[in-house]
Amino acid sequence: MTDLGEGSPRLDSRRRDLEKDQAHVARGTYPPTEESLTRPIDPEEAEAQADRLRAVWDDPPGWRYWSAVNNSEVGVWYSMTAFGFMLIAGALALVMRLQLAVPDNELISADRFNQFFTMHGSAMMFLFAVPMFEAVSILLLPAFLGARDMPFPRLSAYGFWAFLIGGVFVMGSLLFDAAPSSGWFMYPPLSTLDEGLGTDIWLLGLSFIEVASIAAAVELIVGTIKCRPPGMRINLMPLYAWYVLVVGAMILFAFPPLIAGDFLLELQRSLDWPFFDPARGGDPLLWQHLFWIFGHPEVYIVFLPSIAVAAMIVPAAAQRPMVGYNWIVLSAVGTGFLSFGLWVHHMFTTGLPSISLGFFSAASEAVVIPTGIQLFAFVATLLAGRVKMILPMLWIAGALAIFTVGGLTGVMVALAPFDWQAHDTYFIVAHLHYTLFGGMVFPLIGGIYFFYPFIRKRTLSERLGRISFWLTFTGFNIAFLPMHLTGLRGMPRRVYTYPGDVGWDTLNMISTVGAFVVAAGILVFAWDLVRPKGAPMSTRNPWNAGSLMWSHDIPDQFWGVRSIPYVTSRNPLWDQPGIVARMDQGGYYLPDAREGLRETIVTSAIDARPQLVARVTGPAWCTIWAAVFTGGAFIFPTFSWYLPALLSGIAAVACIVWWLWTSTALIPERPMKDVGLGLSLPTYVSGPSAPGWWGVFITMLGDMVAFASLIFGMFFYWTARPDFPPPQAEHAAGGWVVASALLYTASWAATRAARPVQRRGRVPLAQVLLTAGALTATAGAAALVLSVSGLDPTSHVYPAMLYAVAVWTAAHTVAGVVMQLYCLAGTVWGKVLPEYDAPVWNTVLFWHFMLVTALGSAAAIGLLPRLL
Amino acid sequence: MTRRAAAALCLLSLLALAACTGPQSALDPAGRDSATLSRLFWFMLAGAAVLWAAMNGLMFYAWRVDPRPMSVRGARTLIFAGGVVLPTVVLSGLLGYGLSIMPDQRAPGDGLRVEVTGEQWWFRVDYWPDGAAEPIRSANELVLPVGSRSEITLKADQVIHSFWLPSLGGKTDMIPGRVNRMSLEPTDVGEFRGQCAEFCGESHAWMAFTAKTLSPDDFAAWLTAEAAPAAPPRTDLARSGRDAFMAQGCGGCHAIRGTPARGQVGPDLTHLGSRLNLAAGALEVTRPDLIAWITDPSAIKPAARMPAYDHLDTGTIAAMAAYLEGLR
Repeated sequence: MTDLGEGSPRLDSRRRDLEKDQAHVARGTYPPTEESLTRPIDPEEAEAQADRLRAVWDDPPGWRYWSAVNNSEVGVWYSMTAFGFMLIAGALALVMRLQLAVPDNELISADRFNQFFTMHGSAMMFLFAVPMFEAVSILLLPAFLGARDMPFPRLSAYGFWAFLIGGVFVMGSLLFDAAPSSGWFMYPPLSTLDEGLGTDIWLLGLSFIEVASIAAAVELIVGTIKCRPPGMRINLMPLYAWYVLVVGAMILFAFPPLIAGDFLLELQRSLDWPFFDPARGGDPLLWQHLFWIFGHPEVYIVFLPSIAVAAMIVPAAAQRPMVGYNWIVLSAVGTGFLSFGLWVHHMFTTGLPSISLGFFSAASEAVVIPTGIQLFAFVATLLAGRVKMILPMLWIAGALAIFTVGGLTGVMVALAPFDWQAHDTYFIVAHLHYTLFGGMVFPLIGGIYFFYPFIRKRTLSERLGRISFWLTFTGFNIAFLPMHLTGLRGMPRRVYTYPGDVGWDTLNMISTVGAFVVAAGILVFAWDLVRPKGAPMSTRNPWNAGSLMWSHDIPDQFWGVRSIPYVTSRNPLWDQPGIVARMDQGGYYLPDAREGLRETIVTSAIDARPQLVARVTGPAWCTIWAAVFTGGAFIFPTFSWYLPALLSGIAAVACIVWWLWTSTALIPERPMKDVGLGLSLPTYVSGPSAPGWWGVFITMLGDMVAFASLIFGMFFYWTARPDFPPPQAEHAAGGWVVASALLYTASWAATRAARPVQRRGRVPLAQVLLTAGALTATAGAAALVLSVSGLDPTSHVYPAMLYAVAVWTAAHTVAGVVMQLYCLAGTVWGKVLPEYDAPVWNTVLFWHFMLVTALGSAAAIGLLPRLL
Repeated sequence: MTRRAAAALCLLSLLALAACTGPQSALDPAGRDSATLSRLFWFMLAGAAVLWAAMNGLMFYAWRVDPRPMSVRGARTLIFAGGVVLPTVVLSGLLGYGLSIMPDQRAPGDGLRVEVTGEQWWFRVDYWPDGAAEPIRSANELVLPVGSRSEITLKADQVIHSFWLPSLGGKTDMIPGRVNRMSLEPTDVGEFRGQCAEFCGESHAWMAFTAKTLSPDDFAAWLTAEAAPAAPPRTDLARSGRDAFMAQGCGGCHAIRGTPARGQVGPDLTHLGSRLNLAAGALEVTRPDLIAWITDPSAIKPAARMPAYDHLDTGTIAAMAAYLEGLR
């Protein structure tokens, strides 16, 4: 028996380094020997294993079905809900097109039109495009990776229920004529002056959904990093997984600035803290920066997943591996990075200095290069292969035809001087719909035609697919091509009507006709999707594709994969003969579920060496309750019901604590488990090998971005406004600020010290340290709040900003203290033992970030104003 | 290309050119900046058409024609050539040109100075002739001399608006708490339409203005006339209209120079009768339109700030309309 980790001694020592804190590490043979991979399997034993697996992974019966958390169920609910919201948002567009069909029309009122275009944009972005990507990825990613499920199934379910509640709340406001009406970009001061509930519904409802989106992104990132099958090194990942990783990271860095902006805007609306009020030192442009730092990456967050879908369809159509895999990966990562440096091109008309315009024009043009590489790689792959005429490819070709138009007009508007004409006109409406239809809708529908056999074990209709394509494609061009001209002839966006003598009437009528043809195409597709279909198909791999996904079981099985394969190729089904048969027989890892637990294999981040048998969570109601109460905490403040909101928030925390306590990091019945092929893996790990630790780490990266956005706000005011801080301003009380910094540091140190102490078995001392940590943290938060309590946040943006930072940090302290107390309770009631201390690791990790937040706040509140 | 296709293309392009004209069209330029940008657009459009056809032609070839598989080496070369070399070359050239025209477009004005303020939902227009201590105030109409570059200062009152006169040049936002600037250089005499381009609330659609460009002499004459106080009413009807206007407190919001009406909340009405539009492009300065507006502004512009005067009898409103129409 060779020890795990043969290879160069240096690598070996590094691995030990990483695992030095592990009580248990993998033992046995890895990689698997040729002999073990060809060893015959006893069919009776295999059948018994399959029965046990089936029992463990099956959905709950009857009404309990809705407590399911399997990615295969949640992914379908999630994507169908997002699709439903898309249909509603599309219907809004049709009403708007009717209103604009003729000049001086009075079909709907100006206010209703404004509600409709606001909700059309908001819903398409927040309730369709992003959730759809996450839903589809939750559904497909484990199959691409040969994993049984996502690493945190209950988190997926929580995200879905939160999305459903938030989406229904925001969309429902349309029925009460109370929907947001200040545009999906919500620019203050228009949004701060709005007297209705609409803006609050937008801010709080969508923040809630953004939180759910981030939760899903965390899960997708961890899934890609930690749940790959053994042997699937990061450079062997299917391109889809690469895109999930890039897009997940983009969500993680793009949404927090918007959440920070939402936080400030809602504070101004409910408490009159004047962040965007120029009369009191505020500046409406800060919102535009925060919004577009989110908003531009958002465009690529929507676009890249569709490229990911295309990247799976193209090799199947060409019947050969993708040409230029490395180029594509680099381009995807490059697009992700560049997309964060483009936001100012949405603000070319705000009067920024020419040097900024030049820089952001250049950056906006530069993003064409990675995009071009990806598109040319697809064409090159088709040229290098023998192309099969498959229907999904028709949608991809249509997508390319449409997207390139949007890309080329994008090149035009990226030039600041031309944008001065085109900005906020129908030219932009045309441009963005060309990019989004070409870069999202067409690839998505093509993808559904491609993946449907995997998802439902049946095929969609080839005939209906073609009808739908040609209707959508023609209708789209009839609707949107003329809009370029409408815009250049002067028609601004977001007007509910227009006079008849400016020359826009014919063009608008054509667009309206086209819009209804698009609707017909989408409806044909929707019918194809939901119509009753016959018996399951007989072939498993209808496209003869190479990715692991097509090893799926027909009829459907809930276990994901029968056994988790050892992968040595980018296209295992093409390059590893016999892999599917071997998987079916249970000839790879984890073929059994003897303990009656849901398990999947966790591997190392880069080279996918097996590290852990992760026990993933099963069906639960607590996730739904957690989502309901979190929803209450966000939704009640819309109506200024602050006490119910607080109670709801407490209930949400209670649900989440219950969920974590009862189902995560459970003390295993034995420390190691034989997973087959001569390998034994630990059943519990702490720290950087554990998915939970990665979950915390990645979440906190996003949280840091939000905090950085707040601090960016302070610097923004300092550079943009001469009176920040105002000359005679009162400052925060220095003594309290220093006390707060010291107390937080003490809390961090106590928490950090508790980890090794607990590990060495000195549990009482660890308990003392954790208690001290919680107490000092509470005192630190109190000191921070006291330091600013003498100021009046409504008087000027400077004290308001100090208050906002203090509130932010104090709110985080609540989470920090809950975690400390969770660990404390864990040591008392046997949830945390010296060898089984994952919660302590995660808490310490949180506290590293908490310390940065606390010291950053102290510096921003106490130090920065004295330096400025 | 067959002859018929060529003829069709010619016809189409003629149609396209005809389709580009209009009082608010960026492709029907009457100013230096808009002419540059219009040329830039046609140039970019031609390039885009070629690139689009090349990319999609290649795709079509790869997908539907492709006789035999290309070598991987060839495919990699294609990725590099199409994805890296081509955009780098094309975009460097385009960017160089695009940015080189920016300084001209933003050049400081050397002639007239105008300050335009965005209000909900109309434009306050203040002319500042050289050495003036006070502006000559107007609303919803911008008159500019041809042949010189006018400097335009942009402000906003409550919410963000955007000042856009496509026939002459690009737009610039008007942001509360900030002062923006731009400059325009008309080359042709004419009448044009401009409009707020940033969503600014319920009547965003009805926030437009008219622009007139005049020869330098005509402009000087016009400015002198504009600076003069309002013409006194000439008919009995108009006189009673003036009395009603003052009695109803209209002067609390509107100014008519040379009368007690000094309000600054709403648009200045001193020379309303000579303007090309009423209520920021929603109506024309005709008596029926004036009557309709005074009776119920919100029926024409949703959420308009001006209250309805439908409690007045129709005779009084008609008299006020007659008075206002005569303010030339």
